Amino acid sequence: MSSTVTATPTTQSEHPVVLSPERSKLGLLRPDHGKSVIIDWLTTVDHKKIGIMYGAIALFFLLVGGLEALIIRTQLAVPENDLISAQRYNQLFTMHGTTMIFLAVMPLNAAFFNFLVPLQIGARDVAFPRINSFSLWAFVAGALVINFGWILQALEAMGLFSASGPTEGMNDFVPAMGWFGYAPITGIKFTGAGTDFWIMGLQILGIASLTAAMNFTVTIVNMRAPGMKMMRMPVFTWMTLVTSLLIVFAFPAITVALGELMFDRLFGTNFFVTAGGGQPILWQHLFWIFGHPEVYILVLPAMGIISEVLPTFAKKPLFGYPIVVFSGAVIGFLGFAVWSHHMFTTGLGKVATAAFSLLTMAIAVPTGVKIFNWVGTLWGGRVRFSPPMIFALGFVWMFMMGGFSGIMHSSAPADAQQQDSYFVIAHFHYVAIGGIFLAVVSGIYFWLPKMIGKMWKGNLSTWVAIFSTVGLNVTFFPMHFLGLLGMPRRTHTYLEGFGWETYNLVCTIGAYILAFGILLLVVDIIRCFRSGEPAGNDPWDARTLEWKTTSPPQVYNFGKTPIIHARDALWEDKYGPENRKCGEQAEDGHGIHMPSQSWWPLLASAGFIPLGLGLSLMQAGVPFMGYFAIFGLCLCTVGIALWAIEGPGGYHLHPKKDA
Amino acid sequence: MSESASSEHDSHHNLVVGNKKLLMWLFLGSDCMFFGTLISTHLIYRKLYPEEYDPTQLFSLELTSFSTFILLMSSFLMALAVSAMHKGELKSFRRNTLGVIFFGLIFLGCQVFEFSEFVHLGLTLQSGTFGSTFYLMTGTHGCHVAIGVFWLTCLLFYSYSGKMDAHESAIDVEAAGLYWHFVDIVWILIFTAVYLIEFIGKTGGAAH
Repeated sequence: MSSTVTATPTTQSEHPVVLSPERSKLGLLRPDHGKSVIIDWLTTVDHKKIGIMYGAIALFFLLVGGLEALIIRTQLAVPENDLISAQRYNQLFTMHGTTMIFLAVMPLNAAFFNFLVPLQIGARDVAFPRINSFSLWAFVAGALVINFGWILQALEAMGLFSASGPTEGMNDFVPAMGWFGYAPITGIKFTGAGTDFWIMGLQILGIASLTAAMNFTVTIVNMRAPGMKMMRMPVFTWMTLVTSLLIVFAFPAITVALGELMFDRLFGTNFFVTAGGGQPILWQHLFWIFGHPEVYILVLPAMGIISEVLPTFAKKPLFGYPIVVFSGAVIGFLGFAVWSHHMFTTGLGKVATAAFSLLTMAIAVPTGVKIFNWVGTLWGGRVRFSPPMIFALGFVWMFMMGGFSGIMHSSAPADAQQQDSYFVIAHFHYVAIGGIFLAVVSGIYFWLPKMIGKMWKGNLSTWVAIFSTVGLNVTFFPMHFLGLLGMPRRTHTYLEGFGWETYNLVCTIGAYILAFGILLLVVDIIRCFRSGEPAGNDPWDARTLEWKTTSPPQVYNFGKTPIIHARDALWEDKYGPENRKCGEQAEDGHGIHMPSQSWWPLLASAGFIPLGLGLSLMQAGVPFMGYFAIFGLCLCTVGIALWAIEGPGGYHLHPKKDA
Repeated sequence: MSESASSEHDSHHNLVVGNKKLLMWLFLGSDCMFFGTLISTHLIYRKLYPEEYDPTQLFSLELTSFSTFILLMSSFLMALAVSAMHKGELKSFRRNTLGVIFFGLIFLGCQVFEFSEFVHLGLTLQSGTFGSTFYLMTGTHGCHVAIGVFWLTCLLFYSYSGKMDAHESAIDVEAAGLYWHFVDIVWILIFTAVYLIEFIGKTGGAAH
C-alpha cells in the first residue's frame, strides 16, 4: 500500500530505526523524525515519549505550584505581614490550587498512564496514538493560557500594559478567585481578565483530559494482549480505567459550567448573575458534580501505584486482588454521589444533607478496605525497604490520616464548624501530599529506571523521604489546630492575639522543610539521569509485564506479543509453574506494525492558544482579539481536518532479536 | 498489510466493539452528561421562576414540530447511508448522505428563523435566565447539528476521492451515524422537555 514503508531489517539497538518519511494520503510528507530530535519529540506518537513529556512538564509545574505555596507560607509566617498585597495573595492561592491539580497531579498521573498502561497490558501502543499526541499538546496549550496572566501582570507592574473595556481598572490578569471559582465573584463586575484566562485554560485542559481518558478506556478495553483478561490486569491499569471513566463522565459538568460562565462574562447572559435572576448555588452544584469525582481522579491512580509497589517489595501477591479492584470501582461510582458534602453550609435541607452525609461515610468503606488489603499484603511478606517502598509505606500511613479528617467532614454539624477553616486545608493536603504526592514519588522511584534505563545512585531517597514526610507533618498537622481555633482560609494576613502565631510559624518552617525534600528529589532525579548505572530489565524483581521489556523499552515495546496465562504475569513467568508462564504470539511475517508520526495533532492543539487568549483578551478590551480567536478556531479545524484526511499510515519494523 | 494501525490492532483480537466505535460511544456518553447538564440548568431555572416568561406566547409548535420531523427523517436517511456503506454501495451512500445534509440544513434554517423570530419578539440572550438557558442549550444543539453537517459533507467529498470502500470506511460512516442519531435523540428530549411540556394545560399554540 502506498502509505506504508517497510523498514530495512535492523538489529536490536539503542537507536530507533531511521526511516525515510513516507507520504500521507494527502500526498504530504510525514514528519521526518530521523532528521531532528526536536521534530521527533514534537510529532511523536510513541506513548513512552509522550509519557515522559507529560512527566517533565508536570514536574516543572509542581515546582511552580510549590514556589507559589512557599510565598503563601512566607506571607503567613508572622501576623500582619506585608510581604505581598492581599490581591497578590489571592492570585497565588488560586494559581497554587489550579496549578497543582490540573497542571501537576493530573499530568503526572497521565505520565504514568501513558508510559505504563500499554506496557502493562502487553500492547504496542495506545489505541489512538495521534489522539494521544493531541492530548499532550492540548494540555500544554491550556497550561500556557492559564499562566499567561503572569506575563501580563509583570508587564502591568512595569507600566507597559493596562486593561480597558468592561474590566477597566481591574488589573488582576492572574486568576484570583480560588481554584473552584465560586459565583458571583467570577462575575464581570468583580474580577478581571484573570478569570477569563482561567475559564479558557480549564476548558482546554478539559478537552485534553477527555480525549486522553477516552483513548485510555479504549486502549484498556480493546488492546490487551491475548490472555490478559480484565481480572488479570495489574491494579494500576484497573485504576487507570476507573479514573478514565470518571473523567469521561465528570468533566462535561465543568465544561458546561465554564461555558455558562464564559457566556455571562462575554455576552451578558444571566446564568450566575444575581441581578438577572442567576443563582450562584448552581455554580457550586455544577462545579462539585465535577469537583468531587475529580478528587478521585487525582487519588485513584495513586492507589494504583501503591497496589503495584507493595506486592513487589513484600514479595507477595496483592492481598485480595478482586476486592481491591472492586473497591476502586465502588469509590469511582460513589464519587458521583457525594458532591454536596462540599456544600453542607449552603443549607441544602435536612434530607439532602442527611443523604450526602451517609453517602460520604459509605465511601470511606471501600477506601478502608483498600488500606486493610495493603496491610494484608505486607503481613508475612519479605519486606525490602527499597526507595519506592519507603514512600509507599509513607503513603499508607499519611493517606489514612487525611482519610480520618475526611470522615470527620462527613458529619454535617462538624463540617459546619470546619468549613472554610484551616482544618479543611490540613485534611486535603494530607490527602494530596501525604497521599498523592508520596505515591507519585514512589512511582517515580519505581519506574524511572524502566523509563530511562538507569538505576538510582546512593541513598539520597532516604533523605527525600525523611524531609518530605517530616516537612509535610510539620506543615499540615498544626493546621488542624489552627482550623479548630477558627483561622479562616484565603485570608492574606491575621492579627495577633488569637493564638495563631506559633502554629503559623511552625507551618511555615515545615513548608521549607518539605520544599527542601522536593529539592533533594529533583537532585536525585538529575543524578540518576547523569550518572545512573544501567538498570537492567527487571531491577526490582517485579511482578507485572512492563518489566519484561528492555529498559528503556524498545519503540515497539514487545518484539512478540506476549500471551498471558495468569495474574502477575512476569512473576509467574519467572517463578511460576510451566502452564502459567508467558507465551509468545507467532510472527505473521509482516514485522511489527508501527503508527506514523504526524504534525496535525500538534497544529490542532496549537490552535487552542490563540482561541483561548483571544477570547480572554477580547473581554479585556484588547483590539482585534476576536479575530485572533477566530484564527485559532480555524487553525484547530484545519488541523483536525488534515489529521482526518492524512490517515493513520504506519510502517513495519523487523527486529532481528526480540526484546 | 493493513491500511490503518488501529484496524491492524483490531484484527489481533476478536473485539466485541472496535476501537473507533468504542471511542464514539464514550464520546456520546460524555456528551449525554453534557446535554444533561444544559437541559437541567434550563429546567431548574424554569421551575425556580415559573412566572418569568410565558414560552407558549413565543414557541410555534407547528414550526418546531416540522423541524423535529425533518431531523427524525434525516436520522432515517443516515441509517440508510450507513447500511449502504456497509454493502459498499457508494452511489446509494452519496444519495442518502446528501439527503441527511439537506435535512440537517433545513433544521438549522428553521432554528435560525426561530431564533430571529424570538429576538424580534423580545427574547434575547440577555433577557433573564430563560433567554440565557434557552439560547445556550438550543444553540449548543444547533452547533452539534452544524458540526454533523460539516462532518458528513467532508465524508461526501471524500467519497469522490476513490479511497472509500466498505472494508475501510464503513466504520467511519458508522461513527458519524452514531453521532447523528445521538444529536437527533437529544433534540427529541429538548423538544419534549423544553417545548411540549410548556403547553400542558394550555389550549393551543402561539398566536403568530
